[in-house]
Amino acid sequence: MDLTLKVWRQAGPDAEGGFKTYEANGVSPEASFLEMLDQVNEKLNEAGEEPIAFDHDCREGICGMCGVMINGHPHGPQDGTATCQLHMRKFSDGDSIVIEPWRSTAMPVVRDLIVDRSPFDRIVEAGGFITINTGAAPDANMTRIPKEAADSAMDAASCIGCAACVAACPNSAANLFTAAKMQHLNLLPQGQPERYTRAVAMVETMEAYFGSCTNHGECEAACPKNISIDFIAMMNRDYVKAQFKNFARAGQA
Amino acid sequence: MEEAAVTDTASPKLDARIPDGPIQDRWDNHKFDVNLVNPANKRKYEIIVVGTGLAGASAAATFGELGYNVKAFTYHDSARRAHSIAAQGGINAAKNYPNDGDSIYRLFYDTVKGGDFRARESNVYRLAQVSNAIIDQTTAQGVPFAREYGGLLDNRSFGGAQVSRTFYARGQTGQQLLLGAYHALSRQVAAGTVELHTRSEMLDVVVKDGRAVGIVVRDLVTGEVASHSAHAVVLATGGYSNVFFLSTNAMACNATAVWRAHRKGALFANPCFTQIHPTCIPASDEFQSKLTLMSESLRNDGRIWVPLDPDDRRPANDIPEDERDYYLERQYPAFGNLVPRDVASRAAMRIIDQGGGVGPLRNGVYLDFASAIERLGKNTIEERYGNLFEMYERITDEDPYEVPMRIYPAPHYTMGGLWVDYNLMTTVPGLYAVGEANFSDHGANRLGASALMQGLADGYFVLPATIGDYLSDWLNTEPVSTEDDVFVDAVAAVNERTEQFLAIGGTRSVDHFHRELGKIMIENCGLARSREGLEKAISEIKALRAEFWSDLRVLGTAENLNQSLERAGRVADFLELAELMCLDALDREESCGGHFRVEHQTEDGEARRDDENFSHVSAWEWIDVDTPQELHREPLTFEYVPPSQRSYK
Repeated sequence: MDLTLKVWRQAGPDAEGGFKTYEANGVSPEASFLEMLDQVNEKLNEAGEEPIAFDHDCREGICGMCGVMINGHPHGPQDGTATCQLHMRKFSDGDSIVIEPWRSTAMPVVRDLIVDRSPFDRIVEAGGFITINTGAAPDANMTRIPKEAADSAMDAASCIGCAACVAACPNSAANLFTAAKMQHLNLLPQGQPERYTRAVAMVETMEAYFGSCTNHGECEAACPKNISIDFIAMMNRDYVKAQFKNFARAGQA
Repeated sequence: MEEAAVTDTASPKLDARIPDGPIQDRWDNHKFDVNLVNPANKRKYEIIVVGTGLAGASAAATFGELGYNVKAFTYHDSARRAHSIAAQGGINAAKNYPNDGDSIYRLFYDTVKGGDFRARESNVYRLAQVSNAIIDQTTAQGVPFAREYGGLLDNRSFGGAQVSRTFYARGQTGQQLLLGAYHALSRQVAAGTVELHTRSEMLDVVVKDGRAVGIVVRDLVTGEVASHSAHAVVLATGGYSNVFFLSTNAMACNATAVWRAHRKGALFANPCFTQIHPTCIPASDEFQSKLTLMSESLRNDGRIWVPLDPDDRRPANDIPEDERDYYLERQYPAFGNLVPRDVASRAAMRIIDQGGGVGPLRNGVYLDFASAIERLGKNTIEERYGNLFEMYERITDEDPYEVPMRIYPAPHYTMGGLWVDYNLMTTVPGLYAVGEANFSDHGANRLGASALMQGLADGYFVLPATIGDYLSDWLNTEPVSTEDDVFVDAVAAVNERTEQFLAIGGTRSVDHFHRELGKIMIENCGLARSREGLEKAISEIKALRAEFWSDLRVLGTAENLNQSLERAGRVADFLELAELMCLDALDREESCGGHFRVEHQTEDGEARRDDENFSHVSAWEWIDVDTPQELHREPLTFEYVPPSQRSYK
């Protein structure tokens, strides 16, 4: 396949960026999207131009490191697929492909297609955990968990933290990420003792960095793990209920 | 029973500090015997943890909870991305919830035997002992393990185990366990006990008066090279399968941290013990950048076969039952498709080498779910393996519900690593190695679902209990200042090396050299190894290394984010490690586990171990790049599991 790429190049966080056009010729339809970029980089290196910087690691769709806008779609045209799992057979010979980094004020460009997603870590640090020290756990089968709840928690926990949801959102909201991280824990009995304080802490930290959700649903459509916006509704419910709690007297009850 | 002959007296450099007494009591006795740091004094200590995968994140979080001051480093943008996240199948523990006869002793026994009698009994026993606490801990953290309808935890049999002892979270167990550790770590970051440095790559260990006092780190965004000092340094930096270029490891996985430590005096143990995993998706073309693993759990329900006639080119579904060779079921009737990884990989390789492979490049064998779907229904198969089937379909464009998968063996895990004693300390005092970075628990072959267990055992339970023994000697001493000459010199050396990469100005990319190295290694130091091939490989590696240092092209500068520069350092280290792997494989004149020397096999092609001469750990000492490394031996004795020929027939 012969393709024309328009790629965002930006030398650093404060540098001015712009699109550059590259020809990618002789691309195998069996290649993954990132392998196609590898080949372009190989040729750039030969020609004396610095390779395109992009984040990637496991190339199995699980680490969440990769992700670029491909023709305006986070992770490209295939549903439920991270950039690394997208293969060139989904494109046609002669196609023009526009490749950009995620766009969000909260996640500035570091270089070329790489952005800084560290606000996600701040949201988790605010309360996206269960407080338990190593060694203090009871027997794992002491608490029974309905299979449905465990399965639902697992659905939420599948989030890979790639930030496609933020990139897809017209408001740059991080509600799908935050909801997935929160409901993973709030759905489980182990998560109950901190359920509502967690909701408040994570939502307020999220709001310090990101825009507000106005229910466009673009995040769900872009999510490579097909995480449902139901979790956003559940997060909102927990957050609202938290406003009526007397934590000091009644805990999370 | 006859005890294996001790092949050599232990090298004085290798005091494994294995406790005395009955094996069941050793860990408890040891915890009582080691020195502790009292709770009020822990805050006086600094500990550096490099790597935030399962072992590193769990260790850093636990140190923080205990009150130590921790600095954790990862080259990723977040502590949640390490390659532990890609582990699919599960984690073993001796809970015996299914009431099928499992016990700590059986997990210990299976692991020693599965490792082909090249692991330390005491370490393995401890691993089996703490396995149950890992399940308790991670469940309490909210890891959503699979459950039965009654709400209790589900178990499955995995990788040839004859009991169901594997806990799993769909096909994403590594992801969920890593998130658990990442959550625990995040809690400590918020509490201020752990200072987390992301996009920071360790480029050297700093040693003063023979002990580890800190590290040198490059900020991958700004290019700034800085020193960090501490009372102890923990390396949790994973394995080195990427020496083969094509492997199931993530692209950035590398050996730089352990190799830099090795060059500073940490002995490297059993470098030739590498694992080739039998169920990966075959390469489709020469531009392939990595191989994708399909969880071993698939072998629970899939049947492996090839056409009886190697020239049979019909589509798989058109080949009738009686013209198929279910070769594992035929050769190993007792274990069938569930033989351990090394056995399954070699059997597939034999068939492919003889021209019996399937697929367009004839580089695979079939893994067929038709009979499982018929027996259990598509829904059950989808529930068990849905995400794996989907991943397979994404990559190959074939639907495994309809046509058999094609699989191929690929480098996956390295049992070798830095030599550590029972406390997980390397031969450099104050320098520890945990998880895949050390060599200690898996011998010559790792069993499925045991890597997650070992990483978390080391990080949550073993190291936090043993590190005090060393630290207590340094109470009320400040860490060595980063102004000290040892740090200044180390930073200068790192900067000089970086400048060297940029100054070569040759014609070839880093990937070119990595790919060439991979070809040499997979051909000569992969599934089957011979004296002739290994000697050839060593001379080819030396030639490639010389070419690397004269013809490498790294563009750009060291003052900003430069991914070619990052890779150059990693490949430069692989080019040295590869030679040591071949040297170790040459020296080990036997076949055991993942190490198969063609000169040492039985008449029917099985591995032939030599307990008379090789029942030891080989630990190598760095001299300099032009001098062969010096071999030290730690004899292995087996008091509880008498060495036997592994038989899965």
